[in-house]
Amino acid sequence: MEYLKVFVTGGIICAIAELLIDKTKLTSGRILVFYVVTGCILGGLGIYEYIENFGGAGATVPLTGFGYNLAKGVMKEVDEAGFLGIFTGGFKSAAGGIGIAILFSLIACVFFKPKSKG
Amino acid sequence: MDTSKKAKEEYSKIVDELTPKSKILKDVFRSFVSGGLICVFGQFLKEFFLNGGFEKEEAALLVNMVFIGIAALLTGIGLYSKLGKFCGGGTIVPITGFANSMVSSSIEAKAEGWILGIGAAMFSIAGPVIVYGITSSMVVGFIYYFVK
Repeated sequence: MEYLKVFVTGGIICAIAELLIDKTKLTSGRILVFYVVTGCILGGLGIYEYIENFGGAGATVPLTGFGYNLAKGVMKEVDEAGFLGIFTGGFKSAAGGIGIAILFSLIACVFFKPKSKG
Repeated sequence: MDTSKKAKEEYSKIVDELTPKSKILKDVFRSFVSGGLICVFGQFLKEFFLNGGFEKEEAALLVNMVFIGIAALLTGIGLYSKLGKFCGGGTIVPITGFANSMVSSSIEAKAEGWILGIGAAMFSIAGPVIVYGITSSMVVGFIYYFVK
Protein backbone atom coordinates (compact mmCIF):
# COMPACT_ATOMS: atom_id res chain seq x y z
CA MET A 1 0.00 0.00 0.00
CA GLU A 2 2.82 2.33 0.96
CA TYR A 3 4.59 1.61 -2.32
CA LEU A 4 1.39 2.12 -4.30
CA LYS A 5 1.07 5.63 -2.84
CA VAL A 6 4.69 6.32 -3.77
CA PHE A 7 4.10 5.01 -7.29
CA VAL A 8 0.98 7.07 -7.86
CA THR A 9 2.40 10.28 -6.40
CA GLY A 10 5.65 10.08 -8.36
CA GLY A 11 3.80 8.95 -11.44
CA ILE A 12 1.39 11.86 -11.37
CA ILE A 13 4.18 14.40 -10.89
CA CYS A 14 6.05 12.95 -13.89
CA ALA A 15 2.88 12.67 -15.98
CA ILE A 16 2.17 16.37 -15.40
CA ALA A 17 5.65 17.16 -16.70
CA GLU A 18 5.03 15.08 -19.81
CA LEU A 19 1.69 16.81 -20.34
CA LEU A 20 3.43 20.20 -20.06
CA ILE A 21 6.08 19.12 -22.56
CA ASP A 22 3.49 17.86 -25.05
CA LYS A 23 1.02 20.69 -24.64
CA THR A 24 3.23 23.74 -24.20
CA LYS A 25 6.43 22.66 -25.94
CA LEU A 26 8.39 23.73 -22.89
CA THR A 27 11.95 22.42 -23.06
CA SER A 28 13.06 20.03 -20.36
CA GLY A 29 15.36 22.65 -18.84
CA ARG A 30 12.44 25.00 -18.33
CA ILE A 31 10.38 22.19 -16.85
CA LEU A 32 13.12 21.49 -14.32
CA VAL A 33 13.29 25.16 -13.32
CA PHE A 34 9.50 25.32 -13.10
CA TYR A 35 9.42 22.19 -10.95
CA VAL A 36 12.06 23.36 -8.50
CA VAL A 37 10.44 26.76 -8.06
CA THR A 38 6.99 25.18 -7.67
CA GLY A 39 8.30 22.72 -5.10
CA CYS A 40 9.97 25.54 -3.19
CA ILE A 41 6.82 27.65 -3.12
CA LEU A 42 4.62 24.71 -2.10
CA GLY A 43 7.21 23.89 0.55
CA GLY A 44 7.18 27.44 1.84
CA LEU A 45 3.40 27.39 2.04
CA GLY A 46 3.52 24.14 3.99
CA ILE A 47 1.56 22.26 1.32
CA TYR A 48 4.31 19.99 0.02
CA GLU A 49 4.72 18.48 3.45
CA TYR A 50 1.33 16.82 3.02
CA ILE A 51 2.33 15.48 -0.37
CA GLU A 52 5.52 14.05 1.14
CA ASN A 53 3.64 12.51 4.06
CA PHE A 54 1.34 10.84 1.60
CA GLY A 55 3.73 9.89 -1.20
CA GLY A 56 7.15 9.52 0.45
CA ALA A 57 9.84 9.15 -2.19
CA GLY A 58 7.17 9.77 -4.82
CA ALA A 59 7.28 13.38 -3.63
CA THR A 60 10.98 13.69 -2.83
CA VAL A 61 12.60 12.03 -5.87
CA PRO A 62 11.11 14.40 -8.50
CA LEU A 63 12.70 17.83 -8.72
CA THR A 64 9.77 19.39 -6.89
CA GLY A 65 11.23 17.55 -3.90
CA PHE A 66 14.50 19.37 -4.45
CA GLY A 67 12.60 22.65 -4.30
CA TYR A 68 10.76 21.49 -1.21
CA ASN A 69 14.09 20.64 0.35
CA LEU A 70 15.33 24.17 -0.38
CA ALA A 71 12.30 25.67 1.33
CA LYS A 72 12.62 23.35 4.30
CA GLY A 73 16.35 24.11 4.57
CA VAL A 74 15.93 27.86 4.44
CA MET A 75 13.18 27.87 7.09
CA LYS A 76 15.23 25.66 9.39
CA GLU A 77 18.24 27.93 8.92
CA VAL A 78 16.17 31.04 9.62
CA ASP A 79 15.02 29.38 12.85
CA GLU A 80 18.58 28.58 13.86
CA ALA A 81 20.66 31.44 12.46
CA GLY A 82 18.14 34.24 12.09
CA PHE A 83 18.21 36.78 9.27
CA LEU A 84 21.39 35.53 7.60
CA GLY A 85 19.83 32.09 7.33
CA ILE A 86 17.73 33.48 4.47
CA PHE A 87 20.86 33.50 2.33
CA THR A 88 22.56 30.33 3.51
CA GLY A 89 19.71 27.91 4.12
CA GLY A 90 18.93 27.02 0.51
CA PHE A 91 22.51 26.28 -0.45
CA LYS A 92 23.15 24.37 2.73
CA SER A 93 20.28 22.00 2.07
CA ALA A 94 21.24 21.56 -1.57
CA ALA A 95 24.97 21.20 -0.91
CA GLY A 96 25.10 17.40 -0.68
CA GLY A 97 23.18 16.74 -3.87
CA ILE A 98 25.00 19.35 -5.93
CA GLY A 99 28.40 18.26 -4.61
CA ILE A 100 27.73 14.64 -5.52
CA ALA A 101 26.39 15.61 -8.94
CA ILE A 102 29.50 17.69 -9.69
CA LEU A 103 31.82 14.89 -8.63
CA PHE A 104 29.98 12.22 -10.63
CA SER A 105 29.81 14.48 -13.69
CA LEU A 106 33.57 14.95 -13.61
CA ILE A 107 34.17 11.23 -13.10
CA ALA A 108 31.84 10.48 -16.03
CA CYS A 109 33.86 12.90 -18.16
CA VAL A 110 37.04 10.98 -17.35
CA PHE A 111 35.61 7.67 -18.50
CA PHE A 112 33.17 8.50 -21.29
CA LYS A 113 33.43 10.16 -24.67
CA PRO A 114 30.72 12.25 -26.32
CA LYS A 115 28.23 10.14 -28.27
CA SER A 116 27.38 11.13 -31.79
CA LYS A 117 23.67 11.66 -31.72
CA GLY A 118 21.64 9.51 -34.04
CA MET B 1 8.45 40.94 -34.83
CA ASP B 2 4.79 40.64 -35.73
CA THR B 3 5.31 38.27 -38.59
CA SER B 4 7.55 36.00 -36.59
CA LYS B 5 4.97 35.90 -33.82
CA LYS B 6 2.29 35.03 -36.33
CA ALA B 7 4.49 32.39 -37.88
CA LYS B 8 5.11 30.91 -34.46
CA GLU B 9 1.40 30.76 -33.74
CA GLU B 10 0.71 29.12 -37.05
CA TYR B 11 3.52 26.69 -36.48
CA SER B 12 2.23 25.65 -33.08
CA LYS B 13 -1.24 25.26 -34.55
CA ILE B 14 0.10 22.90 -37.17
CA VAL B 15 2.07 20.99 -34.57
CA ASP B 16 -1.04 20.68 -32.41
CA GLU B 17 -3.02 19.36 -35.33
CA LEU B 18 -0.35 16.87 -36.27
CA THR B 19 0.20 15.61 -32.73
CA PRO B 20 -2.32 12.83 -32.33
CA LYS B 21 -4.26 12.77 -29.09
CA SER B 22 -3.51 9.12 -28.55
CA LYS B 23 0.21 9.87 -28.73
CA ILE B 24 -0.09 12.34 -25.87
CA LEU B 25 -2.05 9.84 -23.83
CA LYS B 26 0.59 7.21 -24.47
CA ASP B 27 3.40 9.62 -23.58
CA VAL B 28 1.68 10.63 -20.37
CA PHE B 29 1.01 7.03 -19.44
CA ARG B 30 4.62 6.03 -20.07
CA SER B 31 5.83 8.97 -17.97
CA PHE B 32 3.44 8.01 -15.22
CA VAL B 33 4.66 4.41 -15.09
CA SER B 34 8.37 5.12 -15.49
CA GLY B 35 8.37 8.05 -13.08
CA GLY B 36 6.34 6.07 -10.59
CA LEU B 37 8.73 3.13 -10.79
CA ILE B 38 11.78 5.36 -10.23
CA CYS B 39 10.10 6.78 -7.13
CA VAL B 40 9.23 3.29 -5.87
CA PHE B 41 12.89 2.37 -6.23
CA GLY B 42 13.73 5.55 -4.31
CA GLN B 43 11.36 4.55 -1.53
CA PHE B 44 12.91 1.10 -1.41
CA LEU B 45 16.40 2.63 -1.12
CA LYS B 46 15.25 5.09 1.53
CA GLU B 47 13.82 2.34 3.69
CA PHE B 48 16.93 0.25 3.11
CA PHE B 49 19.14 3.07 4.42
CA LEU B 50 16.75 3.88 7.28
CA ASN B 51 16.82 0.24 8.35
CA GLY B 52 20.60 0.42 8.09
CA GLY B 53 20.54 2.90 10.95
CA PHE B 54 20.89 6.19 9.07
CA GLU B 55 19.04 9.34 10.06
CA LYS B 56 16.23 10.55 7.83
CA GLU B 57 18.31 13.31 6.23
CA GLU B 58 21.32 11.07 5.75
CA ALA B 59 19.13 8.47 4.09
CA ALA B 60 17.71 11.09 1.72
CA LEU B 61 21.20 12.16 0.70
CA LEU B 62 22.32 8.57 0.20
CA VAL B 63 19.29 7.91 -2.01
CA ASN B 64 20.26 10.93 -4.10
CA MET B 65 23.82 9.65 -4.25
CA VAL B 66 22.71 6.28 -5.63
CA PHE B 67 20.36 7.94 -8.11
CA ILE B 68 22.94 10.42 -9.33
CA GLY B 69 25.52 7.64 -9.66
CA ILE B 70 23.17 5.44 -11.68
CA ALA B 71 22.14 8.39 -13.86
CA ALA B 72 25.79 9.32 -14.48
CA LEU B 73 26.62 5.77 -15.50
CA LEU B 74 23.58 5.36 -17.77
CA THR B 75 24.27 8.75 -19.34
CA GLY B 76 27.91 7.89 -19.93
CA ILE B 77 27.15 4.66 -21.76
CA GLY B 78 24.46 6.44 -23.77
CA LEU B 79 21.52 4.53 -22.36
CA TYR B 80 19.81 7.41 -20.56
CA SER B 81 18.88 9.27 -23.72
CA LYS B 82 17.38 6.07 -25.14
CA LEU B 83 15.38 5.54 -21.96
CA GLY B 84 14.39 9.20 -22.12
CA LYS B 85 12.91 8.79 -25.58
CA PHE B 86 10.67 6.07 -24.24
CA CYS B 87 9.87 7.43 -20.79
CA GLY B 88 9.64 11.18 -21.48
CA GLY B 89 8.83 13.16 -18.35
CA GLY B 90 9.41 10.07 -16.23
CA THR B 91 13.15 10.39 -16.77
CA ILE B 92 13.36 14.20 -16.87
CA VAL B 93 11.77 15.28 -13.61
CA PRO B 94 13.24 12.84 -11.11
CA ILE B 95 16.61 13.73 -9.58
CA THR B 96 18.13 11.36 -12.16
CA GLY B 97 17.07 13.78 -14.88
CA PHE B 98 18.84 16.63 -13.13
CA ALA B 99 21.99 14.52 -12.88
CA ASN B 100 21.62 13.46 -16.50
CA SER B 101 21.49 17.10 -17.61
CA MET B 102 24.76 17.80 -15.80
CA VAL B 103 26.59 14.68 -16.98
CA SER B 104 25.45 14.75 -20.59
CA SER B 105 26.17 18.42 -21.20
CA SER B 106 29.58 18.15 -19.58
CA ILE B 107 30.56 15.07 -21.61
CA GLU B 108 29.41 16.81 -24.78
CA ALA B 109 31.72 19.73 -23.96
CA LYS B 110 34.77 17.55 -23.43
CA ALA B 111 36.34 18.74 -26.69
CA GLU B 112 36.31 22.33 -25.44
CA GLY B 113 38.52 21.47 -22.51
CA TRP B 114 38.21 20.73 -18.83
CA ILE B 115 38.05 24.24 -17.42
CA LEU B 116 35.86 26.32 -19.71
CA GLY B 117 34.32 23.42 -21.59
CA ILE B 118 33.24 20.86 -19.02
CA GLY B 119 33.30 23.28 -16.10
CA ALA B 120 30.85 25.63 -17.76
CA ALA B 121 28.67 23.23 -19.71
CA MET B 122 27.96 21.16 -16.61
CA PHE B 123 25.66 23.97 -15.49
CA SER B 124 23.99 24.81 -18.76
CA ILE B 125 20.73 23.31 -17.44
CA ALA B 126 21.60 22.81 -13.77
CA GLY B 127 22.63 26.49 -13.54
CA PRO B 128 19.18 27.93 -14.20
CA VAL B 129 17.70 25.35 -11.84
CA ILE B 130 20.08 26.41 -9.07
CA VAL B 131 19.72 30.15 -9.77
CA TYR B 132 15.93 30.13 -9.60
CA GLY B 133 15.73 27.44 -6.96
CA ILE B 134 18.03 29.33 -4.60
CA THR B 135 16.32 32.64 -5.40
CA SER B 136 12.91 31.24 -4.57
CA SER B 137 14.34 29.72 -1.40
CA MET B 138 15.54 33.20 -0.39
CA VAL B 139 12.09 34.62 -1.08
CA VAL B 140 10.57 31.87 1.05
CA GLY B 141 13.15 32.49 3.78
CA PHE B 142 12.57 36.23 3.67
CA ILE B 143 8.82 35.88 4.05
CA TYR B 144 9.21 33.22 6.70
CA TYR B 145 11.56 35.46 8.67
CA PHE B 146 8.92 38.16 8.96
CA VAL B 147 5.87 35.95 9.24
CA LYS B 148 6.95 33.28 11.72
